[in-house]
Amino acid sequence: MAKTKAPVEFRNVSKRYGAVTAVDDVSFRIAPGTLVTLLGPSGCGKTTTLRLIAGLEMASEGRIFIGDEDVTALSAADRDVSMVFQSYALFPHMSVLENVAYGPSVQGYKKADAEAMAAEKINLVGLSGLEKRAPSELSGGQQQRVAVARALVLEPKVLLFDEPLSNLDAKLRRRVREDIRQLQSDLALTVAYVTHDQEEALAVSDEIIVMSNAKIAQIGSPHELYEEPSNLFVADFIGDANIVDATLLARDGAFGQVQLGETTLRLPHRGAQTGRIKIAARPDAMTLTTTGEGLAGTVKKTSYLGKVREYSVRTAIGDLFITAPGRSEEFKPNTDVVIRFADSGIVVLPS
Amino acid sequence: MKSKTAPDATLWWLGLAAGAFCLLPWYWIDLPQGLLLAGWPLGASGSALALGLAGGKPWLLLMLAPLLLGFAALNSRLPRETRGLVLVWAGVIGLAVILAQGFLIGHRGWNFAWAASLFGGAPQQNGFGFAGFLTLFCFLLLLCQGLAMRGFCRGDGFIVSAIGIIVATIILFVFFPVGRVLSQSVWGPDGWMLDTFISKITDRSIWGLDCLTSSLNCGVAWNTVFLGVFVGVVCTLLGLAFALIATRTRFPFKRALTLFSVLPIITPPFVIGLALILIFGRSGVVSNLLYEWFAIPRSRWIYGFTGISIAQILAFTPISFMMLIGVVQGIAPSLEEASQTLRASRWTTFRTITFPLLRPGLANAFLVGFIESLADFGNPLVLGGNYEVLSTKIFFAVVGSAVDESRAAILALVLLGFTLIAFWAQQAWIGKKVYTTVAGKGDAGLPSPLPRPIVWLCGLVTVPWVIFSIGLYALILVGGFVNSLGRDYTPTLKHLTTAFKMNFDGGPIFTGSAWDSLFATLEVSLLSAPLTAAIGLMTAYLLSRQTFAGKRSFEFGTMLSFAIPGTVIGVSYILAFNVPPFELTGTGLILIICFMFRNMPVGVRAGLATLSQIDKSLDEASLTLGAGSATTIRRVMLPLLRPAILASLVYSFVRAMTSVSAVIFLVSAKYNMATTYIVGRVEAGEFGIAIAYSAMLIVFMLIVILLIQLAVGERRLGRRAIATPMPTS
Repeated sequence: MAKTKAPVEFRNVSKRYGAVTAVDDVSFRIAPGTLVTLLGPSGCGKTTTLRLIAGLEMASEGRIFIGDEDVTALSAADRDVSMVFQSYALFPHMSVLENVAYGPSVQGYKKADAEAMAAEKINLVGLSGLEKRAPSELSGGQQQRVAVARALVLEPKVLLFDEPLSNLDAKLRRRVREDIRQLQSDLALTVAYVTHDQEEALAVSDEIIVMSNAKIAQIGSPHELYEEPSNLFVADFIGDANIVDATLLARDGAFGQVQLGETTLRLPHRGAQTGRIKIAARPDAMTLTTTGEGLAGTVKKTSYLGKVREYSVRTAIGDLFITAPGRSEEFKPNTDVVIRFADSGIVVLPS
Repeated sequence: MKSKTAPDATLWWLGLAAGAFCLLPWYWIDLPQGLLLAGWPLGASGSALALGLAGGKPWLLLMLAPLLLGFAALNSRLPRETRGLVLVWAGVIGLAVILAQGFLIGHRGWNFAWAASLFGGAPQQNGFGFAGFLTLFCFLLLLCQGLAMRGFCRGDGFIVSAIGIIVATIILFVFFPVGRVLSQSVWGPDGWMLDTFISKITDRSIWGLDCLTSSLNCGVAWNTVFLGVFVGVVCTLLGLAFALIATRTRFPFKRALTLFSVLPIITPPFVIGLALILIFGRSGVVSNLLYEWFAIPRSRWIYGFTGISIAQILAFTPISFMMLIGVVQGIAPSLEEASQTLRASRWTTFRTITFPLLRPGLANAFLVGFIESLADFGNPLVLGGNYEVLSTKIFFAVVGSAVDESRAAILALVLLGFTLIAFWAQQAWIGKKVYTTVAGKGDAGLPSPLPRPIVWLCGLVTVPWVIFSIGLYALILVGGFVNSLGRDYTPTLKHLTTAFKMNFDGGPIFTGSAWDSLFATLEVSLLSAPLTAAIGLMTAYLLSRQTFAGKRSFEFGTMLSFAIPGTVIGVSYILAFNVPPFELTGTGLILIICFMFRNMPVGVRAGLATLSQIDKSLDEASLTLGAGSATTIRRVMLPLLRPAILASLVYSFVRAMTSVSAVIFLVSAKYNMATTYIVGRVEAGEFGIAIAYSAMLIVFMLIVILLIQLAVGERRLGRRAIATPMPTS
């Protein structure tokens, strides 16, 4: 690909519809050649943010940059951005080839050139031989690849994906998301990707922007978000977490003494003040035994899922959700157990 | 790579405005004169620049200011948004200057006393001509491009321009004329005349209630309302009976009912009245038989309330049937099944479930019948007798022996008031209450059978009605081909030849008396249909796909012309476009414009219905691929919009062919329309020619509809049946 990859930057962008604020004072930067996911529950503003990049919505406030260019007032047709839509949005009255060649042909390329460019991208997504088909004659996965080929054909500076996997069945999702990631890294594309599925986001992203209530909750790599969530929302939304009350007894450098029921743990305090705090504990960061030191509890419920066993354990600090390997020893309900805490996966929530 | 054309387009429009200003004829000239271009660049076809410099019309030079401002903005190095702001101002100043000078200075000098005393002198000018309209248009687009450069409508110049053009034309051709009606009734040569206005609008001849207490006539307003209510109620009940029969019984001729519902659309509005006269008039077919067989004296009973109401009920029942069939089908059968499983009898189910669910639809159908009756002009004109209604009264106030434009304006206001209230009630109150029980999910239930007495009642009402209608139309088709209906049934082609005689002398020569009006009608209808469809579908596209400030009022404005009765439009166009700056009466253009804005709401509705089924991300996909809105509309939307294009083309063509109420005010010797020609024949008592011509029109339109349906065909969606097996890759 000849073109230089461009970063995308939002500076204090807001989008309002009357009294409703869909995106509220959002700033971030997508580095060139990376895949950044916008993640959040429905209605959090992630799709609006994506459409702001595309130019399908216009910012009420703030500036948007693609590369060095201020595109805030440019229309979608004038921005060097392509998008893969949730519904694929393939033109039903055109064949696969006509769909993919649409971009170059409206840009003024000759028909033969446009079709050559289209054929190259159709080949890239592995659909050679299906050029003459109508979109309705393709399977869901094939339609999705036509949509990707159509978005790639103009070699845009930025490629946008709006929940591209939501119309595929569960088995196909994993493969398609791997294909997308492969394509992105092969071509070193700058990609913004919207999803509400946190597992999908963790799997494909260089960086994740978690959004909640029109604001950014946290920006970070998948590992950072999982291991060091900066607030309650992120801890709860990414993976499962037990949010429990605790007390920060004392601070000692970067660490602090945290009292959790009768046990105390030594954890990074992450700027929290001494006194009442909240901590997030991943279900796989706790193990159950019947002997030794730890937090005492009683098994309430258990279910076997093959790969893992899930427990609900009643303790002095509330009910905890804990997972154990599927092949581990089973604790029946009403068994008294001792909970041990791992070195990672237990974090103090700063705010 | 995607360098966009916004500044270029702006330069283009600005250049066009400057060129028109410098070179083209500024004032309206009739074409033969225009071809001579006598005295150009001065004289009648002079350009604004020349006339301003040397033709004694210096005020035209004021337009140089916004033109120069526009050029300065485009050539400056200012940031894009600032340039946009300057362009907006150039556009606003340009529009303001042109309109202000146009409205201030007319044929006979200053139009306002204050302007004369302020500026002095006695300038004169005619209405805008080619350059005048073109310059106005260019300044409007300049304003829109400027707004787009400031980020309006996602920075899309095409969309802002489309909105600007539609808003401007609606203001010019709907709000401005209606405003003139208002101003004409409260403002006279001597300034405000509120006293006369109040005394005129509360006059006994409008609001008197003498018919309740004595044998005198009631006021014309009450006449109109009584008629409207009666026709509305009867049409609704008949429509319901037909709808129930069509959907809930095993009635064998359901397809014929659909044809029955198309008939009134292609029937010129007064034809039913005409047919009634030929049957029940003093020398009508039935009257003659009654006289000969039973010695029942001939009388004029058909003229008046009886005749008008029968004609209107015949004409509007199919409309109410079409509305109610949708409502009846919309009731989810599972609701009735639920009622039956709760052990309600058929009758109880109908009384407690079906009928209450129908109620809002019935109210809606009533209001539509009411509005149609108020707006109807042809039938009262033909059948009215002494029973006067507002629409005919307005007509006679304009063309009758005592021309009184301010009285016409006041009557038009009353009629407009009634229809707007009914329209508002339909939109605001009932529109929201219609129970949509059709959900996205399929409903596998079966509608419950109707109770027996209801079936019998429906049958008893509808069967005679259908026979009567068929007889009526048969008579229309036959009537033109016999010597004289009711007296002499010898078959003849003389009416047809009088109207449509053709000689062949080296080529066809159209010597029949009707050819001129037929050609004029065809020309106007064929020109107006694509324009109407275009503006209607464009409006629908803007309403369904774009968000912009003031969208609600935009929607209301585009729908308003639907609620304004044709007679009111006719009067308002005469008042507004008989004098400069927009002097259009007597041209074919005003007929085309009139049809465009009267029939546009149908295009809007057809477009909205189809667009709502097309995924919005299709246009967004096209946009992100670098296609502008114009390309997107052409290459993605239009192919998918075919059914809506067809519907609005057919409808606007047919409406233009059959319309009478508005055009009867606007026709001229050169542009006489088929309908007004027929009305003229009826008034002259030449029923044979009138009915032969009507029959020809009906047959002709049926053929056109079928042809268009064949030509436009179906949407190509690539949905072939089971194709080759899917390769699994």
